Amino acid sequence: MKVFRTTWCNIRRSPYQAFAAVFVMTLTFLFISFFTFLLFGSSKAISYFESRPQVTAFFRQEVKQEDIDSLKDNLMTTNKIADIKFVSKQDALKIYTEQNKDDPLLLELVTADILPASLEISTIKIADLSEINNMLSGSPLVSEVVFQKDVVSVLTSWTNALRGIGLGLIITLSLVSVFIMVIIIGIKIAQKKQDIEIMRLIGAGGWYIRWPIVFEGIFYGVVGAILGFGIASGALWYATPFLSSFLKGIPIFPIPVIFLLGLLGFEILIAMILGIFSSLVAVLRYLK
Amino acid sequence: MIQLNKVSKQFRTGVFALSDISFTVGKGEFVFLIGPTGSGKTTIFRLLTREAFPTTGEIVVDNWDVVKLPTSKIPHLRKKIGVVFQDLKLLMDRTIFENIILPLEVSGINSVNAKKIVEETMERLGIAVHKDKFPIQLSGGELQRVAIARALVLSPDILLADEPTGNLDQATAFEIVKLLSEINKKGTTVIMATHNNDILKAISKRIISLDKGFLVRDDGKKKEKCEAEHSDKKLKAN
Repeated sequence: MKVFRTTWCNIRRSPYQAFAAVFVMTLTFLFISFFTFLLFGSSKAISYFESRPQVTAFFRQEVKQEDIDSLKDNLMTTNKIADIKFVSKQDALKIYTEQNKDDPLLLELVTADILPASLEISTIKIADLSEINNMLSGSPLVSEVVFQKDVVSVLTSWTNALRGIGLGLIITLSLVSVFIMVIIIGIKIAQKKQDIEIMRLIGAGGWYIRWPIVFEGIFYGVVGAILGFGIASGALWYATPFLSSFLKGIPIFPIPVIFLLGLLGFEILIAMILGIFSSLVAVLRYLK
Repeated sequence: MIQLNKVSKQFRTGVFALSDISFTVGKGEFVFLIGPTGSGKTTIFRLLTREAFPTTGEIVVDNWDVVKLPTSKIPHLRKKIGVVFQDLKLLMDRTIFENIILPLEVSGINSVNAKKIVEETMERLGIAVHKDKFPIQLSGGELQRVAIARALVLSPDILLADEPTGNLDQATAFEIVKLLSEINKKGTTVIMATHNNDILKAISKRIISLDKGFLVRDDGKKKEKCEAEHSDKKLKAN
């Protein structure tokens, strides 16, 4: 199509300006991609910690099964328990054996007798964890209570802060990109002012002149989005082995392909909107 | 075809470029628009293509009221009128072929037909060999032909040529006028602005003469009537 050829011709004839526009868009979308990966990872981590037992009560060695059952029933009557699971000494040994299967020396030293039975409890609301923790800590049957509320709440507050800062930065970067694009496209319009005037004099309508400018904005946006996404995905792929071992147990990796494709589609859409908006602002400003 | 009725154009500085101009050009006519520099020739062309608005008066082109024409219709008007600009207004970064095909592209004519029309027009004007050259590689006469070719590709009903022989030697100037006459013989209304007296003497066509924005001669009207009107207007202006 003629309009695409004209657009490509305009881009090719001023490569440094085109490079500057693509570069600023790449930077914006690189940040958006990294930030999205970070949010995805942290929300996965929060779900992981939330799905884990939030309170674990370890029983004294001499406690009988009936007493444990009675405590379990007491907890259930509070109507604040989402899930409660009894882990017997034998179950504890199985878990221990699984966790240390590569270290026979550790396995030799431990038997079911020395491992405590426990109750793994999740509450419906995180706010109720303190009350359950108090109930268990006050029970003479319980030797120790492990309480994960802090991990989840710290992670949640970090994620919320991250979301706020990230969104602020994305909005700022997007605005900067739009301003830079408006300036670059404006310069190009100013350079072609005489050509545009001639085209108008021989009968060119407004949109005949505007379309290539709008497509130019879309081009810069989309190329920037693809490059930014590509660089961020490449870096993530490169860092995956390290991050997987660092975040051992938290099931973040591999990031699903459908999520990556969705993110790419979303970024291209945002890039097109930014490109069109920048071009139209430049057209309104410089093409009166 | 073209009608100017009591048209005046005053610039913001207060200077009148045109004062109370009235004339009619019929379909298929060839008219020389003459007058010294600053007499208002180019202003008339600019008014006819709605590049500028008259301060007062009416302009009708082919039943279109140019003054009241909505902005969206201006491209349609400009496609009806081929213009050879005084400064040619060729795109210097495009080849001769790309320059000539531009009005056809602007009009949305499909590329196969457009190429055919451009090739035929270039052949007719004797510039086919320069197809892939850039304007900077051509002589003044050749550039004039390119500008005429660009003005003709849309087969306009009207051709306005603003000093098309201005910077040319006598022989080339006559070639250009001959070319415009041939175009006129095929039915196109031609208005040519010039101040080349040799051309005017050699070719007997209707002359409209301007001086400081006043119409001082129109062969379409009786000469005496024009001069009388001119004297009246000058007296009123003073």
